[in-house]
Amino acid sequence: MAELFWLIPLIPGASSLLLILFGTKLSRRWIAWQASSAVFLSFLLSLAAFVHLARLPGAGPGLGKTLIPWISSGSFSSRIAFVFDHLTAVMALVVTGVGLLIHVYSTAYMAEDRSYARYFAHLNLFTFFMLVLVMASDIVLMFLGWEGVGLCSYLLIGFWFDRPAAAKAGMKAFIVNRIGDAAFIIGILFLLANVGGSSFTAINEAGANGLLPSGLVTLVALLLFIGATGKSAQIPLYVWLPDAMEGPTPVSALIHAATMVTAGVYMVCRLSGLYAASIPAATVVAWIGAATALFAATMALVQNDIKKVLAYSTISQIGYMFLGCGVGAYAAGMFHLVTHAFFKSLLFLAAGSVIHALAGEQDMRRMGGLKKYLPVTFPVFLIGALAISGIPFLSGFFSKDAILTSAFGGGHYVLYGLGLLGAVLTAFYMFRLVYLTFYGEERFARDPGHHVHESPRAMTIPLIFLAAFSVLAGYIGLPVLFGGKADLFGRFMEGSVKTLSQHLAVFTEGVLIIAATAAALLGIVLAYVFYRRTPTLPGRLASRFPGIYRLLVSKYYIDEAYDAVAVRPLVRGAEKVYESFDLKVIDAALDGSATVASLAGKGLNFLQSGFVRDYALAFLIGAIIFLGFLLL
Amino acid sequence: MIPSSAFFVLAAVLFVLGVVAFFVKKDLLTQFMAVEVMLNAGNLAFLALAKALGKADGQAIVLFVITVAAAEAVIGLAIIVLVFRQRKTIQTDDLKDLKG
Amino acid sequence: MAWAVFLILSFLCIGSVVAMILSRNQAHSALFLVLSFSSLGGLFGLLDAPFAAAVQVLVYAGAIMVLFLFAIMMFNLRGELPARAKKLRLALTAGLGIVLLAELLLAGRKLVLGNPGAAQTAGGDTARLGHLLFSDYIYAFEITSLLILAALVGALALAGKKEGA
Repeated sequence: MAELFWLIPLIPGASSLLLILFGTKLSRRWIAWQASSAVFLSFLLSLAAFVHLARLPGAGPGLGKTLIPWISSGSFSSRIAFVFDHLTAVMALVVTGVGLLIHVYSTAYMAEDRSYARYFAHLNLFTFFMLVLVMASDIVLMFLGWEGVGLCSYLLIGFWFDRPAAAKAGMKAFIVNRIGDAAFIIGILFLLANVGGSSFTAINEAGANGLLPSGLVTLVALLLFIGATGKSAQIPLYVWLPDAMEGPTPVSALIHAATMVTAGVYMVCRLSGLYAASIPAATVVAWIGAATALFAATMALVQNDIKKVLAYSTISQIGYMFLGCGVGAYAAGMFHLVTHAFFKSLLFLAAGSVIHALAGEQDMRRMGGLKKYLPVTFPVFLIGALAISGIPFLSGFFSKDAILTSAFGGGHYVLYGLGLLGAVLTAFYMFRLVYLTFYGEERFARDPGHHVHESPRAMTIPLIFLAAFSVLAGYIGLPVLFGGKADLFGRFMEGSVKTLSQHLAVFTEGVLIIAATAAALLGIVLAYVFYRRTPTLPGRLASRFPGIYRLLVSKYYIDEAYDAVAVRPLVRGAEKVYESFDLKVIDAALDGSATVASLAGKGLNFLQSGFVRDYALAFLIGAIIFLGFLLL
Repeated sequence: MIPSSAFFVLAAVLFVLGVVAFFVKKDLLTQFMAVEVMLNAGNLAFLALAKALGKADGQAIVLFVITVAAAEAVIGLAIIVLVFRQRKTIQTDDLKDLKG
Repeated sequence: MAWAVFLILSFLCIGSVVAMILSRNQAHSALFLVLSFSSLGGLFGLLDAPFAAAVQVLVYAGAIMVLFLFAIMMFNLRGELPARAKKLRLALTAGLGIVLLAELLLAGRKLVLGNPGAAQTAGGDTARLGHLLFSDYIYAFEITSLLILAALVGALALAGKKEGA
């Protein structure tokens, strides 16, 4: 069964194709079942392949299969070949597992939407591309998946394309991604020119064995990382993710929390040979990660839209993942990727449940007191919030702790400090969200035709699953405190990725754990004070420091800065080109050719005089010429 | 013996005369007659060649040409009659419906 | 002797065609053509093709041209004499005609320049012709009879008067 692993991307791909071609003719029940079953099958296959891998001793190349030879041009060739090793296994399980839950959730969430088929077609298509991305054996195929998920992101953000805000958000996402991708492509080109082959094994070996000049390795690593900042929404290319919340909430959960945005982290781990070989590049990765973690958290503090808070939170948490990878703790970064997939998608889906209950309300200032109306949504949301805050015994605690410990153990004390501060803010803004939404007075509009009710089972059951994972997933990666063997995740990851090994004293580990817990509790207590005990405090603080408040609320005016520096000059330049070239040259050429044809026609009109005699004359002349040719 | 070449020259001259006649005349009927002249010139050429090559095939062809010319004349005249009935004229100057 | 006949017949032929061109009366043109075709029949005879000669006189001169005369009489165009052709047109046509003549003669130069050695034995035997028609050319033979039938029916369909119209 495990040798069928290459079907994992293809099943959702086929389902997507069917839905694209025939979706409008199928019933909603059929679509729901087909789309979800496709992902379910992929999940089963991933599970089988994972079990197969787990039984193999130690590190290994994993399963591999070449499908078709693809490009062969001169000295460069690339094949469509899938690989399934330990790193891929983790990603595939997350994508198909969380993806399955989100597909099921969507069947209820999108039940009243008129473009049901298109939604699932795109969702399946995304699953296909994401799986291609994580199962690619070489960097060119991975880039295909990379671009494909960007396309699906655009399609799904702008799903309700008749809303101008959604359409613009989709374009913004795609264009910002494109900028990152440009750097990515240049990085790929450098690699292809200097490494004998495009497969990951070839690249990692070239980086590790010192066959490439170190300047080149750093350059390539940085270029690829710029691409990752675009895809994974880090500084400087994160600006598209908050806008992407215009899309349906399950899309935000799947693409912009659990999977697509983590593709950058996957890429760094996959090319760990390169990053391990270049200290400057790894340092950049770690610092950007930490800076983004803190920066985004500050913006999440003052957002009023529930989804935007979660969006900035995602940006921030991915920063942690890159921090982990940057200090060499690739396993820790991946670990946080997995736990984050669980609790962040849980939070998004639960938020979707809240929005669904309030018939579309997303502003937290018009929520409140929902605790008693949503008996399933509230507890699971609380679990998610506790997990992300890093409360002990929940998954987020273990993964975040792994990252921070690695940072500290590697001697990166400043990075550790930034991460710790970010943890305080994370707990704070998450519980601000919880208190504003579920506690306090009920500030939502009373619509006579609609009463606040819990969501249907198709939505709540995935929530429960995700909540369970958010609690339990941490136990696969227990810290050294409990003995080296207990880190199952880390040991599994060793199969693919070499993590910098560290040895910390048990005492140090214990102190760090206490510090992390304290940070989380501090954040929660502060949130309680601000939003439960003295609800007027935030308002007073904002009026005391209006400048800072406005800076945060306006997202540091970054969007406006980009607009002025990059967007508007480009648009003006494009308009100039349009006027001077497109209109004057191309259109003129077309019109000109039409005019020429017309004139030629009018000019030759005299030949058709209507007299048979003249036609016969033409015959004769033609015959004479023809005879002449024959004779000569 | 008269050489076949003489007949051939005669045929060529006859053909050209037919062409000239076609272009000089202005009514359908006479133009049609010119076409018959051209056909006959062709027949003469065939027979000349048949004599020169010593085969009888040329004569067979001539037979067919005459037959076909007869059929063609029948239909052609029928059409000219129709045109005359419609337009009351067979002057080609007046028949210019194909003017584009 | 043969040359004399040849020359007389050819002059008759060409002369009557020229007369046909120059004549302004259609009936006169048709009659000139009858003369021309008849002399052509004679020329065919000179070419050792007696059958073709007979058919020519019978069919071409005797049937087709008579048909033309019927048509002319039907049109009854006595009153209208077509105008003289324009000088330019005549010159142009004459010029093209000369070019065509040159080309045709050129095309047949092998024949024209003589190939007297080739078998001058007559293929003109009617029996041989008959054999040929019913063996090599049987297909064309049958088709032409169909063609004549088609012409007959076609002419009736086109120009016949409708019943009780």
